[in-house]
Amino acid sequence: MAKIDALHPWRETPLGGAIQDAGNARQFKTGDWRSQERPKTDYEKCIKCGFCWVYCPDMAYTLRDDGFYEWNGDYCKGCGICARECPKEAIQMIAEEV
Amino acid sequence: MSVRKGMEVSIAVAEAVKLAKVDVIAAYPITPQTHIVEHLSELVADGELEAAFIPVESEHSALSAVVGAAAVGARSYTATASQGLALMHEIMFIASSLRLPMVMTVVNRALSAPINIWNDLSDIMAERDTGWIQLFAVNGQEAVDLTLQAFKIAEDPRVLLPVVVNLDGFILSHVIESVELPDQEAVDRFLPVFQPTLRLDPDRPVSMGAFGSPDVFMEVKKQVEEALIGSQEVVAEVWRDFEKAFGRSYQAVERYKTQGAETLLVTMGSISETAMTAVDGMREKGQKVGLIHIRLWRPFPFREFFQAIEGAKVLAVVDRALSPGGPGGPVGLEIKSALFDRRERPYVADFVTGLGGRDLTEEIFEEIATKAEQYARSGEAMRYEMIGVREE
Repeated sequence: MAKIDALHPWRETPLGGAIQDAGNARQFKTGDWRSQERPKTDYEKCIKCGFCWVYCPDMAYTLRDDGFYEWNGDYCKGCGICARECPKEAIQMIAEEV
Repeated sequence: MSVRKGMEVSIAVAEAVKLAKVDVIAAYPITPQTHIVEHLSELVADGELEAAFIPVESEHSALSAVVGAAAVGARSYTATASQGLALMHEIMFIASSLRLPMVMTVVNRALSAPINIWNDLSDIMAERDTGWIQLFAVNGQEAVDLTLQAFKIAEDPRVLLPVVVNLDGFILSHVIESVELPDQEAVDRFLPVFQPTLRLDPDRPVSMGAFGSPDVFMEVKKQVEEALIGSQEVVAEVWRDFEKAFGRSYQAVERYKTQGAETLLVTMGSISETAMTAVDGMREKGQKVGLIHIRLWRPFPFREFFQAIEGAKVLAVVDRALSPGGPGGPVGLEIKSALFDRRERPYVADFVTGLGGRDLTEEIFEEIATKAEQYARSGEAMRYEMIGVREE
């Protein structure tokens, strides 16, 4: 599992567990909770509608310069919503590579 | 100039909160706490106290609002009792674990059912492990003094924890006592403006109350535990400062006629004064009875407790709450466990009584002292005895 960058001893833990650096949730790679399946986009079928980007609850898709959406395994939990919502069935859930 | 006058203790507590110049009060009225917050809302409405008074729809919201206020660095206050305190339960852990200083008056009252508005300590005893500093007032003057001290203790950068000041419902809250309200300037010198160590500030953003995964949770809890244990020194320091400023002294474990006493009554809260009168009577009859009352319940003052009971052969613990199905009352349990690994220890007899406002008279304290001595002479271990319950 990806570690939050500073695992402080208790004396150095920020007061009350407060988070003092903004945006550090990015460092928490929740994608390693994923099991069994991951989405794979067939860019031949993709029409760049952005449904996968809209529906993804973990913001695992990002818009590329060419207008297609790219999947980021660091944050995907494998829920399959993107594959279910894709109007062109361009996204398939495939077995997780071990 | 300080003012001494006869006033209802609830009103005196509200006046102490005003003297502490609180910024935010959030509270929901509940018997027997009502007069405190009623008076505070009047002080705010009349412009006598420059504070935000947030009327809320429940105690859960009251404490949540106070947590928010403390997080931005406001001096924050609430008060409740009984069911209201129970409704605050989950927020109490959050307040202490986020290290947010605040003061709450708990006007101790029994928990339902049956519905009962009268006094015992079952409300606060159920909050024992929430990480709050817990103090007990014996009379109206102490309720005022402890309220002022509580802000100074809570806000000390070495502490940063919430504080409960307990006072007995009706027995204290609704009686008129002669109370000295200190002078505002003297209070200002004793209790300067709160300087938060960490606060919600748009110029320096932080997140409070975030997720704490298994690899950080224990470190946060350890920090709270050490702060709570360490707070005892600050409490003692604040009491020394208070004595210098106002002339009244406070101890974590207070003693009454313990000199030469073989049996000690162990009490908490306002009943201590009735018990002291009972001790006077027993002393006149030649019984070697004294009393200690525990003022600081959390953190438990082990060292002061051991010093206070030195030489005693029997402790007669008066519990006003029950740990159902357990070894007795919470105070008896605490004391037995504190003494367990001591080579020399007195016999501990635990008595649960005064529940739901059942009167505690001098005669009952005499009965408790006598029974404790009988149990001790028998040499048999006792679990606890409920005093005053009708058997037939």
